[in-house]
Amino acid sequence: MEDLRELYQATILGHNKKPRNFRVIEHASHEADGHNPLCGDELTLYAQVAEDGTLEDVAFQGSGCAISKASASLMTDHIKGKSLAQIDDDFERFHELVTAPPGEDAKTDGLGKLAVFAGVREYPMRVKCATLAWHALKAALGGEASAKTE
Amino acid sequence: MSFDVEKIRSEFPILDTEMRGRPLTYLDSGASAQKPRAVIDAMAAFYSEHYANIHRGVYQLSAEATASYEAVRGKVARFIGAANEREIIFVRNATEAINLVARTWGEENIGEGDEIVLTWMEHHANIVPWQMLAERRGAKIRVAEIDDDGVLDVAHLESLLGPRTKLLAFAHVSNVLGTINPVAELVALAKERGIVTLVDGAQAVPHQPVDVDALGADFYAFSGHKVIGPSGAGVLHGSMPLLDAMPPFMGGGDMIESVSFEGTTFAPVPQKFEAGTPDIASVIGFGAAVDYLDGIGMDAIAAYEHELLQYATERLETVPGLRIVGRAKEKGAVISFVLEDVHPHDIGTCLDGEGVAVRAGHHCAQPLMQRMGVPATARASLAFYNTRDDVDRLVEALVKTAELFA
Repeated sequence: MEDLRELYQATILGHNKKPRNFRVIEHASHEADGHNPLCGDELTLYAQVAEDGTLEDVAFQGSGCAISKASASLMTDHIKGKSLAQIDDDFERFHELVTAPPGEDAKTDGLGKLAVFAGVREYPMRVKCATLAWHALKAALGGEASAKTE
Repeated sequence: MSFDVEKIRSEFPILDTEMRGRPLTYLDSGASAQKPRAVIDAMAAFYSEHYANIHRGVYQLSAEATASYEAVRGKVARFIGAANEREIIFVRNATEAINLVARTWGEENIGEGDEIVLTWMEHHANIVPWQMLAERRGAKIRVAEIDDDGVLDVAHLESLLGPRTKLLAFAHVSNVLGTINPVAELVALAKERGIVTLVDGAQAVPHQPVDVDALGADFYAFSGHKVIGPSGAGVLHGSMPLLDAMPPFMGGGDMIESVSFEGTTFAPVPQKFEAGTPDIASVIGFGAAVDYLDGIGMDAIAAYEHELLQYATERLETVPGLRIVGRAKEKGAVISFVLEDVHPHDIGTCLDGEGVAVRAGHHCAQPLMQRMGVPATARASLAFYNTRDDVDRLVEALVKTAELFA
């Protein structure tokens, strides 16, 4: 179980138990459902984009595993207040972090607390859990109703 | 015959390997069973020494390959109690078997307003083909209730069998709950009313003696890969009068009597349903699997697994926060469970870290998950090559998992 502490870092376990921004935003400017058909994880992502194009508020609700819930929680903390271009850049970095070949040094620049997901690389079956909220966010901001991690 | 599990284990090469640096504890036989050396060797020998296409060549090699392939039909018939081996149709798996029936018998016999009765515990393979058929034909699906323990409500099922019911399709053993359904009783209820029956036997054939003639269902489907055979060989058993009357499934070579551009006449059953070159080597391998199981005896396997299931149930109940989903009295060697505050997907990963392979998710039974009020479960499915040690490693890993998430 020691190896698993690399994956299930204390930060992840904490956010799983007490997710941040775990709520509904009524009348959000953007909203989309994320669904992982493989395991049944489901979440709804709410985003409120301000007139200047920054993300004023972001929140989520749903059910899923610790990885997907903690990822959604940490993501919302990380991206709030940023511009949509910055968020795109973050998603790219995050995606690279969790899909890089195991064994390589993890590139965590600019990812802040999201660096705790570096352990996901060792568990390719869990990449979709870690990216579910991000896919839902992208769908919401792109005006789509739902995203699937397939 | 004495049941020597250590000898059996030594005949399954993969059981001697490691996963994540730990001895492999394989508890996912419900998804697919591991293969004994006899099966692997039979396929290798077939490819190295006996391979040719079947039902075609006039040369010796092809004639021998044909004889070997057809001999498996006889073996499988004896193995599942079918008196007529021509009622055995080789397909890829249970899913293909069920789709074959839906696409042939179903298209000809299900019409607008007709009803197909299923149960809440069905695998998607025994739901989706019927839904697709119902959509095409304007028919209706009705679903028989189960109780909170996962036992089929037979009275409710009977109440659904009406004048418009054309088909009753249900699992012999649930892949999630382990519930063993009273097949003969259900078939009798349908027969009294002239309703055709299809039984999904994918989780039954690997674990208990099955006598399809005694059960009396019109169709019985299962996969060879769950019965320690190779992937790619499965079986549809059907009653000859129905098979005879059914149109072919796929058209092509090997399923015809004669072809001209004016018209084609079809080969008799079973060739009518086996178009094109089949997975010959997998059928040969499946024959070796049947021989291997016959050598141990399905009665002995069922008795051993039953005892192991009881042990596993008792041990799992000692894990704090663990709840078993599916508590039928008549139960096969499948245990689905949930752990308080730990998502099944995380359970699966944590067990993987300890070398324990279980399945986590909806098990291709989303309606059942909904009925049982869980988004997903973890599932340990046992086979005759598992031991109490395997169960102990599972329990140990679960205790550690619960601690990690505490």
